[in-house]
Amino acid sequence: MALDDKTLGELRDIAARYPEKRSGLLPMLHLVQSEQGKVTPQAIEVCADILEISPAEVNGVATFYTMYKRHAVGDFHVGVCTNTLCAVMGGDQIFARLKEHLEIGNDEVAAKRQGDQYSVSLEHVECNAACDYAPVVMVNWEFMDNQTPESAVQMVESLRAGHDVKSTRGPKLCTWREAERVLAGFPDGRVYEGPTAGPASLAGLEIARERGWKAPEAPAPAAVEAPKEGQAHG
Amino acid sequence: MVDTLTPVLTDMWDVDCGWTLRAYESKGGYRALDKAFAMAPDDVITAVKDSGLRGRGGAGFPTGMKWGFIPQDNPKPKYLVVNADESEPGTCKDIPLMMGNPHVLVEGVIISAYAIRANMAFIYVRGEVLHVIRRVQAAVAEAYAAGHLGKDIHGSGFDLDVVVHAGAGAYICGEETALLEGLEGRRGQPRLRPPFPAVAGLYASPTVINNVESIASVPSIVARGAEWFASMGTEKSKGFSIFSLSGHVQKPGQYEAPLGITLRELLDLAGGVREGHDLKFWTPGGSSTPLLTAQHLEVPLDFEGVGAAGSMLGTRALQIFDDTVCVVRAVLRWTEFYKHESCGKCTPCREGTWWLVQTLARLEKGQGIEADLELLLDQCDNILGRSFCALGDGATSPISSSIKYFRDEYLAHLTQGGCPFDPAKSTAFATEEVTA
Repeated sequence: MALDDKTLGELRDIAARYPEKRSGLLPMLHLVQSEQGKVTPQAIEVCADILEISPAEVNGVATFYTMYKRHAVGDFHVGVCTNTLCAVMGGDQIFARLKEHLEIGNDEVAAKRQGDQYSVSLEHVECNAACDYAPVVMVNWEFMDNQTPESAVQMVESLRAGHDVKSTRGPKLCTWREAERVLAGFPDGRVYEGPTAGPASLAGLEIARERGWKAPEAPAPAAVEAPKEGQAHG
Repeated sequence: MVDTLTPVLTDMWDVDCGWTLRAYESKGGYRALDKAFAMAPDDVITAVKDSGLRGRGGAGFPTGMKWGFIPQDNPKPKYLVVNADESEPGTCKDIPLMMGNPHVLVEGVIISAYAIRANMAFIYVRGEVLHVIRRVQAAVAEAYAAGHLGKDIHGSGFDLDVVVHAGAGAYICGEETALLEGLEGRRGQPRLRPPFPAVAGLYASPTVINNVESIASVPSIVARGAEWFASMGTEKSKGFSIFSLSGHVQKPGQYEAPLGITLRELLDLAGGVREGHDLKFWTPGGSSTPLLTAQHLEVPLDFEGVGAAGSMLGTRALQIFDDTVCVVRAVLRWTEFYKHESCGKCTPCREGTWWLVQTLARLEKGQGIEADLELLLDQCDNILGRSFCALGDGATSPISSSIKYFRDEYLAHLTQGGCPFDPAKSTAFATEEVTA
């Protein structure tokens, strides 16, 4: 499917966010993935044209960053952390079980069976900054914390069947393409879903609350003015 | 006497919808802005210098001094860039901070940009954290709507625009000059320094790049004073910071405490190492900081203390491994990570990390020879200090430190013809699996 005029306009809007338009390339590539499911040769030409750089330069960027895909991924892209901490805590077992269950290898899309609503792809990922929730699985870059091989298999089956699956610290999972649109800088209104913080994030704070531990009081009289909320400009 | 834990940045995390403007302002948020605007920009820099705040992204460079390097007589625009590309293995503090309290980052951005006289700032968030990006996008939008961003903020005459920029998967972009390349729409490969970013950074203009936690610490310094901040921590490592415990501890999670707390104290709070097991090795600040062992439980977790113990404070990413874990397996996996993430720009790192994996993988399978340990150390010697950036240096840390403390375990792989450990025993679900 070719990129439509609306998307071309949005690509130009992204470039215009920056003092120098080439800075828009990373979010622009997220947007074309949202539209086309991968970085296509056409998208490379379009981005190069808008940014007035060569297609080879765009291609060089698109092949450098791991989130850009040259082949289609599933509606739900499952990333299992197999960096040391998560691997040791069970990530290796989760990744092995999912490969076996989905009958695919790393960076492959599982065959869509009769009755499946959605497709699923699998990749092993590096540390995703959620080590206190190990072992961690990411689905379309949302956190699925504290997984086991069994919970991961159940999750991918729920996704394939079209059931709602919620991130353990975030919203109901959206599709990979919808996620890519948010990464391009177009919010989807799901920000209100999910908690302020997950349970492990609160481990220290809960102890501090129980024991009445606080940062020291500020020494001098705090010369702080009242907030000027909603103050008019211009 | 300062309390053992000192929640400041994490203080919003148990507030319902703590990530919203309303919640942040109800706890006093955005009040530091007017105090900062009433000060001369140089005085804000002085306050941050006086506080003793050192960069929380790993290197520990004094934040105020970094700001002071911006040549104010340079006619080009100045830029502030927040490094929110948290990717160092084990590091997991900025992500919950931006998820639970993004406004403290935005307020810190405004004050910091005011101090260095930047009218444009960028928050470079790694792309693989969708909900965190939503929260930061929303916080910036709310701040604009409330008049905390945009033109003539709070009537101060100061203008600031903020762009939230999602990365696309590259550990190397945590390196500040590689991050700038990514932000300029290029492959994330580090730049030669000098010139340093303070002189020629983003678009060859004077640029300050700071970690999320560093910038988020600024509002409290301005609101409560440099002296208050410096009343926490140790002599040369002032203030509070977030310590992230992960792995084989009873209660993994985030613990915000003054610098200088020890792992023993943190483990006590976290209920100790996994039941029935002992601490074997740990990282003080991510996988690029040399491993420490149970003999280092009393080391003060500040820049000087950890340095004296032969490692680095780094990002305070305390990954705890108990006696079920094979250190060779752990180190091989980290080494595979560095090989994968090496940007390819310089030969020692690009080729060296590849050779490290070959040598280690052979040892892990029990197929090497004892001399391979010396070969590994020699390979490390050819990478450390010879690479273009710190990624290559970091790749050698787990290898040289593990050989120092666990040489016998490497040799056991050779005498037994393979790994003596059962990987099933180290998992979080080990007991379930055994009884099933």
